[in-house]
Amino acid sequence: MEYFFQLFLGGLTRGSIYALIALGYTMVYGIIQLINFAHGEIYMIGAFTALIAASILSLLGFSGISLLVLASLVAIVYSSAYGYTIEKIAYKPLRKAPRLAPLISAIGMSIFLQNYVLIAQTSDFLSFPTLIPDFSFMEPYKNIMRSSELVIVLTTAAVMVALTLFIRYTSMGKAMRATSQDQTMAKLLGVNVDRVVSVTFIIGSSLAALGGILISSHIGQINFYIGFIVGIKAFTAAVLGGIGSIPGAVLGGLILGWTESFATGYVSSDYEDVFAFCLLVLILIFRPAGILGRSSSEKV
Amino acid sequence: MKKLVYLLGILLLVFMVSGCSKDKGEVEAKKPDAGIIKLGVAGAYSGDLASYGLPSANAARLVVDQINKKGGVNGKQVVILQEDDVCKPEVATNVAIKLVSAKTDAIMGHICSGATKAAINIYKDANIVVISPSATNVDLTKSGKYPNFFRTISPDDAQAMMQVNFVMNKLKLNTVAIIHDKGDYGKGLAEFARDGFKEAGASVVLFEGVTPGAVDYSAVVQKIRHSGAQVVIFGGYHPEASKIVSQMRKVGMDIPFISDDGVRDNTFIKVAGKYAEGVYATGPIDTTQSPEAQAAIKLHKEVYGEEPGAFYLNAYAATECLLNAIEKAGSTDYDAVTKALRTEWVNTPLGKVSFDERGDAKGIGFSIYQVVDGVYVPVK
Repeated sequence: MEYFFQLFLGGLTRGSIYALIALGYTMVYGIIQLINFAHGEIYMIGAFTALIAASILSLLGFSGISLLVLASLVAIVYSSAYGYTIEKIAYKPLRKAPRLAPLISAIGMSIFLQNYVLIAQTSDFLSFPTLIPDFSFMEPYKNIMRSSELVIVLTTAAVMVALTLFIRYTSMGKAMRATSQDQTMAKLLGVNVDRVVSVTFIIGSSLAALGGILISSHIGQINFYIGFIVGIKAFTAAVLGGIGSIPGAVLGGLILGWTESFATGYVSSDYEDVFAFCLLVLILIFRPAGILGRSSSEKV
Repeated sequence: MKKLVYLLGILLLVFMVSGCSKDKGEVEAKKPDAGIIKLGVAGAYSGDLASYGLPSANAARLVVDQINKKGGVNGKQVVILQEDDVCKPEVATNVAIKLVSAKTDAIMGHICSGATKAAINIYKDANIVVISPSATNVDLTKSGKYPNFFRTISPDDAQAMMQVNFVMNKLKLNTVAIIHDKGDYGKGLAEFARDGFKEAGASVVLFEGVTPGAVDYSAVVQKIRHSGAQVVIFGGYHPEASKIVSQMRKVGMDIPFISDDGVRDNTFIKVAGKYAEGVYATGPIDTTQSPEAQAAIKLHKEVYGEEPGAFYLNAYAATECLLNAIEKAGSTDYDAVTKALRTEWVNTPLGKVSFDERGDAKGIGFSIYQVVDGVYVPVK
């Protein structure tokens, strides 16, 4: 039973990691129906920025929570700038183009950013400092859950709640919902669609950067390629939960995390991905729009 | 003008071909002489794997020249019969038949495992000793089918065997979990380790592959803990190794972690940081700084004007061991030579080398290293 519990918590952490990244995918898709393949790269850039910022800040004498918060702020601001710029350069000019064009543009952006970091930084794995301190109250439970895992799970939950509230109750949230329903109509009613899209990208990128910091601190190493696998898995989670739906992304992430964790624990880690993707296929057969996705007829 | 260039090119080719055959002609001419020892040197000397074969041919020639200058082996001059097998099994059998019918006394070669396996039976039937500088296939020695085969390189399973011995005899633990990265290299080593542990009577409680680059390995780590393993063997490279070992240490598992030369890399220590402390890894023994190796490398530079290539030192050692065994045996008699190879220790660029019953070299290969204070140090 303890073993089951350990696997459950391991899956919860892993699922929260996927969910945190999946939120960015799902938001962008919900607003402009674009699969932002460069999202994983924003995650990676966030991690690199945090590493550089943390190195500089610790030289200046910061440590503990203040270091974590400051480094995160730097990384979030920097990554948001990237997200904003990518949207302006790579996606906005293609907003009226057929849907495949921005998709290819996104893949191109992803490859570009990977190679940019590869050249500008290094191809080696770098050690990432443990920015999340080990809380003393977690010490007795460290064989089942570590402080960093707790932080990741809580952050994901908090972000999900905050985003849901933001979309439901603020005027920007209302504008987002309007844009997602019908861009032309929203524009006619005075919604600044460009601004809505920019804000969406900024929020998505901030979440990716936040994920990058927490996860890298949890794992302890980064390189230019980390965004790819996380991106694929998070995208899968977003589709699983119903792309475009915020609670769906979290649910999808958790289901994916648990499937992988239990498949590893009770069957074999050789088949971890096999199980995860079999589940994806099964769910999509019965609910083509994902678990919480609403299937809507194509707008003409 | 263009035609002239073609003509020149063709002429050049013709000269090159005739040059080659002239070389062989000289060798043939010396054949009837009874007062010589014929050393067959076979391997890939052309084709895309030539870079693996040519350095060993150079090594054989340099060693033979030195010995001939000193009066030869037991007063007989050594003559090299060089044949090209292009690393192809079907060509290798032809080469072997050719060398056997030329009454070759011993063979230094072949280079590739596939070619060696194809040729070895022909030499075995003719009672000819074969010593390869580079064929690492496990079966060649382990199957026991080829008593005439020796090699101056570690077989593919040497690292795994090293790990098995270390765990069973030094750490005295017998419940192991084996993890690999599903790649050719990591999984191959892991499988050898699994077979080795089973043979040695240990229980392998876990044998699993992990996905390289996965976000975290906590499930696998929990599974290792759940399996009750006393030691973890990992086959693969350092990024996964450092993730797994860090996660193990962070959840309070301090059982020994043993890996391979894909992890015996300073990047591993840099990335895993304090969690790298105490990790074991196997790695090849570095002998290039020994005076013998330095002398052999210098000789190559003097004669050929460049740094020696792959397997040069292995071939150098192989030729030395072979000629030494013939000298100690007093003849080229098969039984006497194999006995001498198994009993004599020879000072070579790879260190002091002798051979075990199966034909694998003793004294070369891998050793166990451990991270102590941020550096890999050999375990005594």
